[in-house]
Amino acid sequence: MEKTIEEINQKIKKGTAVILNAEEIIGYVKEKGVKATAKDVDVVTTATFGPMCSSGAFINFGHSDPPIKMGKVWLNDVPAYAGIAAVDIYIGATEPSETRGLDYGGAHVIEDLIAGRSVKLKATAPGTDCYPRKEIETYVTKDTINQAYLFNPRNAYQNYAVATNSSNRTIYTYMGKLLPKFTNATFSSAGQLSPLLNDPYYRTIGIGTRIFLGGADGYISWVGTQHNPSKERLANGTPTGLAGTLAVIGDLKEMSARYIRAAAFKKYGISMFVGIGIPIPVIDEEMVEFLKIRDEDIQVEIFDYSVQRRNKPSYGKVNYKELRSGTIKINNRSVRTGPISSYARAMEIADLLKDKISSGKFYLTDMVQPLPLNGECRSLEVLSQEEF
Amino acid sequence: MKKKKLILSFPEKTVTSPVTYMLVKEFDLEFNILRAEITPDVEGKMHIELRGNDEKINKAIKYLEDTGVSVQEAAKDILIDKDSCVDCGECTSVCIPQALSLDSKTGKLLFDKDKCILCKSCLDSCPVKAIKLNI
Repeated sequence: MEKTIEEINQKIKKGTAVILNAEEIIGYVKEKGVKATAKDVDVVTTATFGPMCSSGAFINFGHSDPPIKMGKVWLNDVPAYAGIAAVDIYIGATEPSETRGLDYGGAHVIEDLIAGRSVKLKATAPGTDCYPRKEIETYVTKDTINQAYLFNPRNAYQNYAVATNSSNRTIYTYMGKLLPKFTNATFSSAGQLSPLLNDPYYRTIGIGTRIFLGGADGYISWVGTQHNPSKERLANGTPTGLAGTLAVIGDLKEMSARYIRAAAFKKYGISMFVGIGIPIPVIDEEMVEFLKIRDEDIQVEIFDYSVQRRNKPSYGKVNYKELRSGTIKINNRSVRTGPISSYARAMEIADLLKDKISSGKFYLTDMVQPLPLNGECRSLEVLSQEEF
Repeated sequence: MKKKKLILSFPEKTVTSPVTYMLVKEFDLEFNILRAEITPDVEGKMHIELRGNDEKINKAIKYLEDTGVSVQEAAKDILIDKDSCVDCGECTSVCIPQALSLDSKTGKLLFDKDKCILCKSCLDSCPVKAIKLNI
């Protein structure tokens, strides 16, 4: 039994669509089988809520009088990039404040704006005939600025890594605090709930797909940076590490601070928890085979983050069921595990998206163009001009 | 059987007294040292859990105070701001006594106060600063 997106949307309109989240589908398939599930179920909602550094917002402030061509820009003392048109800027999530260091940064500015709090805008400029003003200091909120949208170059990683530390000192990383001598290990994926692990070959998730982004409707705008579809995969299609990624876009003014949250990792820096939900249409039986994936069917590789090199030593693979049990074995010793992405908040998003779809507030889209299935992520080599 | 968590501060002159030995011998108490920072000839601190009957615990506290040890109830506590917490679970892996864990069904953060030894390892692990020391 095959279904088109159009047919599924007709069912949503009539209120007859059957929608499950990516955890519920597991039990459904077990009970009814693949064939019946493909017939009965129309949409499966997936989600993730984790720190995603490659995030930020484009803002257009509107023009002051007299106008200014902003050269250097700060929002709550966090520098923003202004090398585009006069009052357009990009504020990156990881940019630290010039006055509060690693405790406050771009992600906090974005969260403050989403929460409706006012933010201090400061800008300087050389002054030109058409833009005479040389400096400005004022306060803005999401309601007073002209436009603001999140544009995140790399989100929703299709699987990630497990981080541990073999050295004899505590290290502070983007995977959190790693205690000495394999005392703990951290991981970051929603596993069986995660969008790209439920559509491992990008059959339904592609450029143009409408998604849930930070509480608002958003879209997949492009292939994410460092997209690496050639990563080793298991027979069920899931990659065992860093593979596909998405670039996403959505209106900041419509978002909720419950689903976009600033994060500050001690001695590492700032990141941003981004909540993403993606509906997967149950177009055929093959899709059900992918959607029935469980935490125990998804493996991920363990790396030693104390080795400060691009390629870190591996300690083999574990699955997400083992990781969620709280303990894994590394070199025959028990190591305490903890996630850094929130399964509880991801589940909340999957259920929220389910409700939006069943109440006819969210319709599925056909992708405009698929994500690449080939190609690798290149590295940067350090070369002199002669070597080049 | 009662449990009581205490913070003992030893001034210089009492550092060398065998107080924990006396707690067992004279007052028949079980004790569990949760944290201790004691250097001879310097003031020390010990975070201790006493188990025994009420009367004996009170007598032991009186004995400690008479020896010159200052006794405070361990009223300090880890406080989790549920509104800020996103249930990411980051703190659970740095919590050695496993006082912090995630509910296996809901994925929400659980805190078992009785297991907490106030090592404070979770405080700086929290990316949203939702864990504070309640004094």
